Amino acid sequence: MNPTIIFINLFALGCLILAFTKDRAKTEQSVKVAVKSFFRILPPVLIIIIVIGLLLGFVPPSEISKVIGEQSGFDGVLFIALLGAILHMPAIISFPLAGSLLKSGASISAVAAFITTLTMVGTATLPLEVKELGKKIALLRNGISFVIAIVIALIMGVIL
Amino acid sequence: MIRDYILLGATLIVAATILLIFPDRVDIVTTTSWDYFLEMMVILPAVMVVMGLFTVWVSKETVVKYLGKTSGIKGIFLAILFGTLPTGPLYVAFPMASSLIKKGARISNIVIFLSAWACIKIPQELVELQFLGPKFMVSRLVLTIIFVAIMGVFIEWMIGLSDKKNSSKSTGGENGASI
Repeated sequence: MNPTIIFINLFALGCLILAFTKDRAKTEQSVKVAVKSFFRILPPVLIIIIVIGLLLGFVPPSEISKVIGEQSGFDGVLFIALLGAILHMPAIISFPLAGSLLKSGASISAVAAFITTLTMVGTATLPLEVKELGKKIALLRNGISFVIAIVIALIMGVIL
Repeated sequence: MIRDYILLGATLIVAATILLIFPDRVDIVTTTSWDYFLEMMVILPAVMVVMGLFTVWVSKETVVKYLGKTSGIKGIFLAILFGTLPTGPLYVAFPMASSLIKKGARISNIVIFLSAWACIKIPQELVELQFLGPKFMVSRLVLTIIFVAIMGVFIEWMIGLSDKKNSSKSTGGENGASI
């Protein structure tokens, strides 16, 4: 067992105990929501796990590294940032995918850019955002988010 | 939800077919997938519990109520905090942001709230911690908070600028008409 796993489970247990001492009924309801969410997120999680297996089994690290590794430079970061901006998937399943890419040749910057644009820039949800918040805010938010995602990614590449 | 399970079935069939064609890859693919499966299953229930607690304890009404009337540095911190706690996809946050605008909340707070909701939610960060490690997770988190705060203030400034231009244009027109 590594410390991360212990930390995450202790954190959840701590929250649960704290909640339970405050309000029993609310906590029971929370656990019900948790069980439901678990089974809702399970299929995408299993799908991404299969995809990761196939990806690492068939695509050699040298190929991944060529497209989004250190040698791909800024183009690689830009490419995967665009991919992240367009794709629409739950953030939770993007982390194991990002982790597997990092292990098999992708650069820190590329992985950081992918996660950041994936979560912050929503091409698929843009029409809804425009409708609720207006064109100006929605376009500025998504556009600037894309730029800062790349800046964050480049800084991460330097410091890590 | 049923559609997701059908999609999972289809993925399994496709994966099985590919592995039948390339039997030499069965070992590496199944070992890799199994490792990731274990890594996920030791944290997923905990992550879901945290998510469930936030969903029930932090209501949309509370968020809108507090965020609607706070500004300045305190507003920025509150916007980040409230963005990290509730759960659900980003499109759930849009109507909340929209009602915040109607309540007269600062644009900066709304933008920061939306961005925090999108990318620095606590259950999400737990999964990032597991798969990308503490160094990666913490540095991305800190950088994101800094840049998101700057972006919020910048967008508010831009919107203010264009509103001022519009209003000065219209008052100029009125003045001209009155003369």
